[in-house]
Amino acid sequence: MSDITIHIKNKTFPAKGHAGQKQAIANLELKLDSGEFVCLVGPSGCGKTTLLNILAGLDNDYDGDIEVKQQTKPPKIGYVFQNPRLLPWRTVRENIELVLDKTQTPVEMDRLIAAMQLTSSQHVYPERLSLGMSRRVAIIRAFAVDPDILLMDEPFVSLDAPTARQVREQLLNLWQQRPHTVLFVTHDLREAIALADRLIFLSAAPMHVLSVISVPIARNERNNEEAIESFRQQLIHQCPEISSLL
Amino acid sequence: MIYSKQVLPSLSLLALLAVWQGVAAYLNSNTLPSPQTVALVLWQAIQSGELALHLGVTLLRLLVSFTVAMLMGCAIGIILGRNKGLDAFFDNWLIIFLNIPALVTIILCYVWFGLTESAAILAVVINKLPNVIVTIREGARSLDQDLLDMARCYHFSKRKTLVHVIGPQLHPFIMSATRSGLALTWKIILVVELLGRSNGIGYQLHLFFQLFDVASILAYTIAFVSVIQLIELTLLKPLDRKSLIWRR
Repeated sequence: MSDITIHIKNKTFPAKGHAGQKQAIANLELKLDSGEFVCLVGPSGCGKTTLLNILAGLDNDYDGDIEVKQQTKPPKIGYVFQNPRLLPWRTVRENIELVLDKTQTPVEMDRLIAAMQLTSSQHVYPERLSLGMSRRVAIIRAFAVDPDILLMDEPFVSLDAPTARQVREQLLNLWQQRPHTVLFVTHDLREAIALADRLIFLSAAPMHVLSVISVPIARNERNNEEAIESFRQQLIHQCPEISSLL
Repeated sequence: MIYSKQVLPSLSLLALLAVWQGVAAYLNSNTLPSPQTVALVLWQAIQSGELALHLGVTLLRLLVSFTVAMLMGCAIGIILGRNKGLDAFFDNWLIIFLNIPALVTIILCYVWFGLTESAAILAVVINKLPNVIVTIREGARSLDQDLLDMARCYHFSKRKTLVHVIGPQLHPFIMSATRSGLALTWKIILVVELLGRSNGIGYQLHLFFQLFDVASILAYTIAFVSVIQLIELTLLKPLDRKSLIWRR
């Protein structure tokens, strides 16, 4: 479990080709409690993926600190990328097996595969899967490492609404069985309200926090479309500073 | 037309034989023996064990030099493909080595290191290596950064990344280097043998040339080409198929 403090003073991409240099993040401060489900909402291209890449350790070229308070060594990170990023030459099961370390048992993996309803497709190569199935595999892979922090970058984008809802419910089920800090990027406010404990609204690039709002809807009310819609309306009225995002 | 796949190639081979037979009968000369004569010579060479001996020696050289060139070429190719600085530095070297005629490397190797087996192998490797490097480098440049990031994020070991992420992406490039490499390598080996070894197909061809024994030259050529074709069919084709299993 981890309490995470993020303070990124500056992250700038150097000029490349015709594009000039671009400041992606400026003075971004975030605190995440352990076991919390946080949704990041912001306009596209504002630097959310950059932030996740920094947290995942894929991008170390920034000015700032990230502190993770926890007992175990470096935090284990599960990352669901915007594209599933499965290895096309390995089967579904092999893709998941590859991220496990030696101490983990296949039993747990079987349980995850079953929970995401992929048992019958586990020996299939990813090219034969639908996008929704591929995304579920990517989610299983992220859960399979038993992460301290789970990063999710618009994992449901371009799924049709019923599939998205189904995968969302499966995700929440898994998360409730074993809560860990989740940082979930989306630009769909309804989705964010349905999932999050807290919403964090972000500005356009250079990205910083506009406002932080807790979602008061009880967990068992989250599949109630009306409750979500009314909270959304309430947000639109109460928070003019984030209206551009809604 | 279901069986045209098997019938047409066989027909074309027969046609080639017929043309050969026709021209040989028309010329009626020692410089172009008929297919039967060549077949007889081939049979004698097989029976005496001479063909097996020289073919074996040549294939062994092929195996050693080819393996060394492929392993080194893959390693260097991946390094150059992933490292822009090194690539810029060594690019000129590659171009120079690509353009040195095979004959020059062979002669220089023999002059510098003597008429030895290792000099012969070295000459072949130096000839083959730049081609492998260039092909593999192309593959390494186009590796999918998304998948590499995924591997890094999930703490794949170096070995795991190589086997499961990089290897499969390089596979088509490795196969292409293997194919072109095999054809190139055995041709160079014959020259190497001709110039400085006392066994192998190249040495035998040299001998037959001095005796003007065209039938033997053709017999050895046919034997060698068949073996190379056999390698293609029994080793490379199945490898290709195995690697394509995951594609739709």
